[in-house]
Amino acid sequence: MESDASRILHELQSLRASKSDIDRRISALESQLHQINLLNDSVPNGSHHSISTIDNSHLNGHHAHYLTPEMIHRYSRHLLLPSFGVQAQSNLLKSSVLVVGAGGLGSPALLYLAACGVGRLGIVDHDVVELNNMHRQIIHTEAFIGQPKVKSAAAACRSVNSTVQIVEHHEALRTSNALGIFSKYDVIVDATDNAPSRYMISDCCVVLGKPLVSGAALGLEGQLTVYNYNGGPCYRCLFPTPPPTTACQRCADSGVLGVVPGIIGCLQALEAIKIASVVGEPLAGRMLLFDALAARIRIVKIRGRSLQCKACGENATFTQQEFQEFDYEKFTQSPLSPSPLKLNLLQADSRISSKEYHDRVVNGDAHVLVDVRPAHHFKIVSLPNSLNIPLPSLEARLHEISSALKEEEERKGVGSGSRAQLYVICRRGNDSQRAVQYLHKTGFTSARDILGGLESWAQDVDPNFPTY
Amino acid sequence: MDTMEGKMNTQKADPKPEENKVSSVKIKVLFFARARDLTSLTEMPLEVPSGSSAHDCLNDLVARFPGLEEIRECMVLALNEEYTTESTIVKEQDELAIIPPISGG
Ligand SMILES: [Zn+2]
Repeated sequence: MESDASRILHELQSLRASKSDIDRRISALESQLHQINLLNDSVPNGSHHSISTIDNSHLNGHHAHYLTPEMIHRYSRHLLLPSFGVQAQSNLLKSSVLVVGAGGLGSPALLYLAACGVGRLGIVDHDVVELNNMHRQIIHTEAFIGQPKVKSAAAACRSVNSTVQIVEHHEALRTSNALGIFSKYDVIVDATDNAPSRYMISDCCVVLGKPLVSGAALGLEGQLTVYNYNGGPCYRCLFPTPPPTTACQRCADSGVLGVVPGIIGCLQALEAIKIASVVGEPLAGRMLLFDALAARIRIVKIRGRSLQCKACGENATFTQQEFQEFDYEKFTQSPLSPSPLKLNLLQADSRISSKEYHDRVVNGDAHVLVDVRPAHHFKIVSLPNSLNIPLPSLEARLHEISSALKEEEERKGVGSGSRAQLYVICRRGNDSQRAVQYLHKTGFTSARDILGGLESWAQDVDPNFPTY
Repeated sequence: MDTMEGKMNTQKADPKPEENKVSSVKIKVLFFARARDLTSLTEMPLEVPSGSSAHDCLNDLVARFPGLEEIRECMVLALNEEYTTESTIVKEQDELAIIPPISGG
């Protein structure tokens, strides 16, 4: 039975691989064909440029626009909208939009931008698809876990609309490549997840004069605005001083309700579509604040362009070269590609590995294990017999540790010569070090932290232990 | 809509705001993003001496919630849903919003 199942699984896997390969080839050929058709269509009407200007609505007949019969059919519901119609759709088809980040915000933004028919759609991302992305990054499918997000997102966009030119930028955005990439697009969508990227993207848009559709989401809240558009402010006008690193929370640490970035990402697509098609009133000079729990959307009028702004102000001389030399990681005190913090606060003899700890448990050594994660983390998963005392309440609950140690010594019948050991664990091994530092100061001199926390337990001791 | 409702309620509860004018004004403070974490509140009433500026209100708030110092230099300040500077004088029933940026996505 088991070998049958694994044979089927194996065959499924190889079929899926060839299927996605064929899909890729089909969409590549389709987009090639599309480009050839576009060129042929434009020939009788003169240069591609003159027929594609917005100002040809006075012409009659089917050559008034360059929509092919297939386009008319595909975008008919847009064309039927009096306030959108042929003109806005034609503008859209000629436009190019770049989405930086194919994560929670980028997922719906990319899908809608591909579906609506922007001419060229670029995707920048250097990450790979992971299982813990799937609850919010709805552009990716399980089949792409472990593969580049750019690849996965591009495949999804092509399967929605094979007539859109999808450009894959499988690289991390840096000052060295940003100008080159951004300059090829009309509208930039910031769907990233960290402060240095947000400053870098805004500055690059100022330097190149590109409108920026900026969205952000965390927990149960979202923010949206359009920067550097029609004389409006840039990101630095609003936030000239970067937030302290403690204020920069990440979804990986603080959590996020999946649909919240989904909503903001949809709104980003909407704003990008409005700018690219030249309809409506883009959200410039205003900021939309979304509160998911209260079901409330507020729109706040924000400041205009700041004359003192270092990037776009009156006397600002922020050039392309200065942009390329600017150190955004230093400016914001945080990395462009956020990776988990790895503190090293303690001497080696105040730490043990998860394997060593496991050996001591197996030996039946007298000990108390304190887990200093927040209570809602502890509820997700914990090691047996661990005592949850979240780091912020450690000071107030020291007596609980004393009595737990005493109890353990009595239970294990530890002689007067030796005592029960005290170990501290957390998610990744940072807070446990902070806790041990504090415990040492308050008299628990034998306290030790478990290196790498529960993540190392899952990696080195129990591969079935859940990670989150 | 929310703002309107809020104002109407306040008006009902406090029919004669003029009486307080000499001594103090009551405003509503709205917290967003990190400011919510730091205060564990989404909003709160705040009473400050008449003639107080947004800056004075912020000082008062930081005194109550010292954690707010963290975002003091990095926030959008809005009075009645419009951008304001710290020097603006707050009036009875004003709504002061403290909006630090979110970076996540
Ligand atoms: Zn600016």
